[in-house]
Amino acid sequence: MLTESEPCFRQPLLKTPFHERARAASQVDAFIPWSGYTTVDVFSTVEQEYFAIRNSSSLYDITPMIKYRIGGPDAARFLNRLTTRDVTKLVPGRVQYTVWCDDDGQIIDDGTVFRLTGGEYRLCTAERQLDWLHASAIGFDVDIAEITDEIAALSLQGPTSCALLKALGVAGIERLKPFELGHFALPPAAALMISRTGFTGDLGYELWMRPEDAGGVWDALMMAGQGHGLRPIGSRALNIARIEAGFLQPNADFVSAAQAQRAGTTRSPLELGLGWLVDFEKGHFTGRRALLAEQRRAPRRRLVGLDVAGNKPAHNALLYSDLRGRVQVGSVTSATWSPTCKRNLALAMLDVPYIEDGAAVWAEIYLNRELVWQRRMVRAQVVKRPFYAPARRRMTPPSDT
Amino acid sequence: MSQAGRRYDCIVVGAGHNGLVCALYLARAGRSVLVLEAGAQVGGAAITREFAPGFQVSAGAHLLHLMPPRLMQELDLSAHGLKLAAERLTTVALAADGGHLTLAGDSVFGVSDLADRAAYPRWRALMQRLANALHPALLDAPPRLGSGEWRDGVSLLRLGWIIRRLGRHDMRELLRITGMCVHDLLEEHFSSPLLRGALAFDAVLGSNLGPRSPGTVLSLLYRMAAPGGPEALTQPEGGLGAVTRALGGAAAAAGAELRTNAAVARIQVRADRVSGVALASGEEIAAPVVISNADPRTTFLGLLGSEHLDAGFVRRIAQLRSRGVAAKVHLALDALPQFRDLDPEALRGRLLVAPSPDYIEDAYNHAKYREYSAAPALEVTVPTLADPALAPAGRHVVSVIAQYVPYDLAGHWAQQREGFIKRVIDTLAVYAPQLPASVCGSELLTPVDIEREFRISGGHWHHAELAFDQFFLVRPVPGAAQYRTPVPGLFLCGAGCHPGGGIMGLAGRNAARQVIREAA
Repeated sequence: MLTESEPCFRQPLLKTPFHERARAASQVDAFIPWSGYTTVDVFSTVEQEYFAIRNSSSLYDITPMIKYRIGGPDAARFLNRLTTRDVTKLVPGRVQYTVWCDDDGQIIDDGTVFRLTGGEYRLCTAERQLDWLHASAIGFDVDIAEITDEIAALSLQGPTSCALLKALGVAGIERLKPFELGHFALPPAAALMISRTGFTGDLGYELWMRPEDAGGVWDALMMAGQGHGLRPIGSRALNIARIEAGFLQPNADFVSAAQAQRAGTTRSPLELGLGWLVDFEKGHFTGRRALLAEQRRAPRRRLVGLDVAGNKPAHNALLYSDLRGRVQVGSVTSATWSPTCKRNLALAMLDVPYIEDGAAVWAEIYLNRELVWQRRMVRAQVVKRPFYAPARRRMTPPSDT
Repeated sequence: MSQAGRRYDCIVVGAGHNGLVCALYLARAGRSVLVLEAGAQVGGAAITREFAPGFQVSAGAHLLHLMPPRLMQELDLSAHGLKLAAERLTTVALAADGGHLTLAGDSVFGVSDLADRAAYPRWRALMQRLANALHPALLDAPPRLGSGEWRDGVSLLRLGWIIRRLGRHDMRELLRITGMCVHDLLEEHFSSPLLRGALAFDAVLGSNLGPRSPGTVLSLLYRMAAPGGPEALTQPEGGLGAVTRALGGAAAAAGAELRTNAAVARIQVRADRVSGVALASGEEIAAPVVISNADPRTTFLGLLGSEHLDAGFVRRIAQLRSRGVAAKVHLALDALPQFRDLDPEALRGRLLVAPSPDYIEDAYNHAKYREYSAAPALEVTVPTLADPALAPAGRHVVSVIAQYVPYDLAGHWAQQREGFIKRVIDTLAVYAPQLPASVCGSELLTPVDIEREFRISGGHWHHAELAFDQFFLVRPVPGAAQYRTPVPGLFLCGAGCHPGGGIMGLAGRNAARQVIREAA
C-alpha cells in the first residue's frame, strides 16, 4: 500500500500484505512486478516449487489479481452483456471462468465471476478494466468498484491442499465442489472466503481475506503445512503447471484487444479455442454480432496444444509446414518441458489447416549450448488440451493423501 | 388512427422534417409507412406556434435556405400549400455606429474599404466553387471505408475525382483551409471586422464552436454546399411550420400514415432484429424496419437501450458531442422596430449582431465556462413584415437566434431566464433604441427547453456537433454512418446523420434510399 510518507517514485511497486513473509521465505530474492505489486518469481528452485504443486501443496500470493465489486440492481444484466457466458445461470456461491470481448469480438481479458450473496458479484481479471467496465455500464444501474487492495488472496494448490485446510480446522472444506465458493472460519480468528478455483488444473483452493488477517493466515498455513509438504511458490513454477493444464495467460497467449496497437494481432475466443465459453443463445453481449459473423466464416487460425519432439522447450518457436522452414504456419505462444507428463509441451497459434488434432508441423528451436547457438527443426504434433488433468481436481470430497 | 394489430413495412419515429421526407420517399417506393410523432403536430422543431396571445413564430429555425430546390420539387411541396412569403433575403450586419453592411448575392454594400469590396465577389466565387465540390457528397449515404463493396469504392473514387477536378489551385486551397478556423481564413481575405464578423457568424451558427475553433471553415463550406447557399434565404408563409405541414400533406398523399400524440417509448428487438415499437401508452406496433428521426443518443440510449448494443458503440454514442449553445428568443412588439440608420426595407431580411469575429469569440468564451454570453451574437428576423398574419394587425414578431447559451448552464435557468431575455433586448437596443419600450411579450427557448419540448438530447440544433470527428464518413459515429445501425432493421434519418442539420431534408431522403436498398 502506498503511504503518504513514501512518494510513489521512491516506492514504485506496492507490497502485498504477504510481502514480509515472502521476503523472509525467499532464498534467491527473485521478485518481479505484477499489476503494480512486487511478487515472487522464484523462492528457491523452480523444480522444487513445481513439484509442490503436483505432489503436495503450494502457496501462491494472488493479491495483485485485479478485483472488482459489481453490485446494484442491474449487476447480473451488466455482467451478462459484458461477458460471453450466460451469467444468469450462475447461482449464488458459484464461480464462472469467462472472457469478454470488444465490439469486434476480440478478447479484452479473461477472468472469473464470483456470485456472492445479496445480488453482489466479484469480477477477477488479469488486467485493469475499469475504463471498459464503465463504458459497459452505460445504461445499466450498476455499482463498480475496484477492490484489489481491499482483499488479500492466496492460492493453495496441490493434492494435499484439502487435507491441510482440514487439519487447520476449516470445517466442511471437503464438501466444496469445483467452481464453488463458501465462507469459512479459520481458527482462531480469521474469516475466509474460499473458492475451489485455481490456475494449476489440480486440486486447489483460493483463499480470500481481509488484508489485516493476511499475516496470520500465512503463518497458520505454513505451520500446519509442514506435515503436508507445503511450499510457497513463485510465478515460474505456476507457469509450468498452467501450461500443463492448458490454461491461457493474457499477454503471452493472446494480447488484449484493449492494448493491441497493430492490426491483426488480437484474437477472438473462437480462435483461442474458447468457443465453449460463447453463449450465442443468451441474448446480446458485446462482440456477439462480430463473433456470429466469424462463426459463419471458415476459421483461419486457432490456438492449439503441441507435443514437441525432444526435450528442449520450444520458447517463441516459429512453426513451419515444411522441414526447410519456407512456409510459416504459426508460432508458439507458451512452452515448457512438463516434468509430470514427461512431454515437451507448447501452446501455439496455427493457421488452417494445421489446427486439427494430429496435424504435424515443424518447430524451429534455438539452443544455447554453452553460448554456442544452434538451430533445430523438430516435429511438433497438434494434441488435445489439457495435457494434464488429474481426476482429483474434480473429486468431491478429495482424498486425504 | 391505425387499425389495431396492423403491420407496417416501416415505422418512422418522429415527424421532424427528415422523418417526413423519409416517410414520403418510402411510401412512394410502395412501402406501408407509419410515422409516429410525440407532439401534437407534425414538424418536430420545425413548427410554427403561438408564443404570446395572437403572436406566432417559427419555434426553431426561422428561415429556409438549405433545402435543395430539386428536393422541394421532388417533394411537391407547393402542391401541398407551401408558399414563400419572401425570397432572396439580404443579410445586414449591424454596426453600432450606423455603418451597417448589406450582403446580397455576390455583392456587399456599405463597406468603405475598397479592397474588401473587391475581395468579396472573389471570396464568394472561391468558397462556392469549393462548396460545390462537396455538394454531390451530400446526396447519398457516405461510403464505408474498407468494406470491399464496389458501391463504396465507386463513391470514394467519385469524391476524389470531383476534388481533383477542382484544379490545382482550388484543390490545394480546399485541402489547406478545411481544417482551419474561420477567423484566420477571413483575416487573409478582408480587413473590415464587421464583414468578417458577419461571415464568421454563419460558420458557427447553431454550433458549439467559436470563430477561432478549428474546423469552422468546414462548417461554413458545408453550409454553402447546400445548393442555393446563403443568398437563397427564404421565408415560408406561415413560418417553418408551413414547410413541415406541407411535407406531412405530401407524405400522407403518398400513402404514409401520420399519427400525432403518439410518443414512442421503446424500439423493440426480438432475436437481434428490430420487431417494432412500443408507445408510451403501452400500445405495440410491429414492423420489420424502424427508422428513427430522433437524435442518436435518444435513439440508442433512450429508445433502444444499450443492452442491445456493443459497449464500444454505446461509449461512442454517449460521447457524441451534442451540447447545444443556441437559444431562441421571441419578442412580441406592439410597433415595428426602428433600427438606427437602417432602411426599413432591410428589416425584411436577416439582421446580424456579430460586429467582429472577436465579438463572437468573446460571446463563445462564456459558454465554455457554463455561462451565457455577456454580449450575445444574434441572428434577427422580423417575420411579420412579409407575413403579417403571424401577429395581430399592426403588431410585430421579432425572432432571434441567440448565441451562446450553454446547455449545461451553471446554476438554475429559473433564476436566469429573465436576465438573458433582458440581455438580448438590451443588445438589440444598441441598434434599435425604441425597441425595449414596444415589447409586449417574450419567450425564451434555451437548449434545455429545446431538449424538453422537441426531445433533442442536449438541445443541439444539429443533433450532433458538425465537426471533423462527427462528419461525413463518421457521422454520427463509426458503425452508424450509413443510416443503418448495428441492430438489423433499425435505421437513422435525423440531423445527427450525414449531411446534418438545418432544414435540409437530405438526411431523410438519403436514409429512405438506404432502407430501400437494404430492406427491399
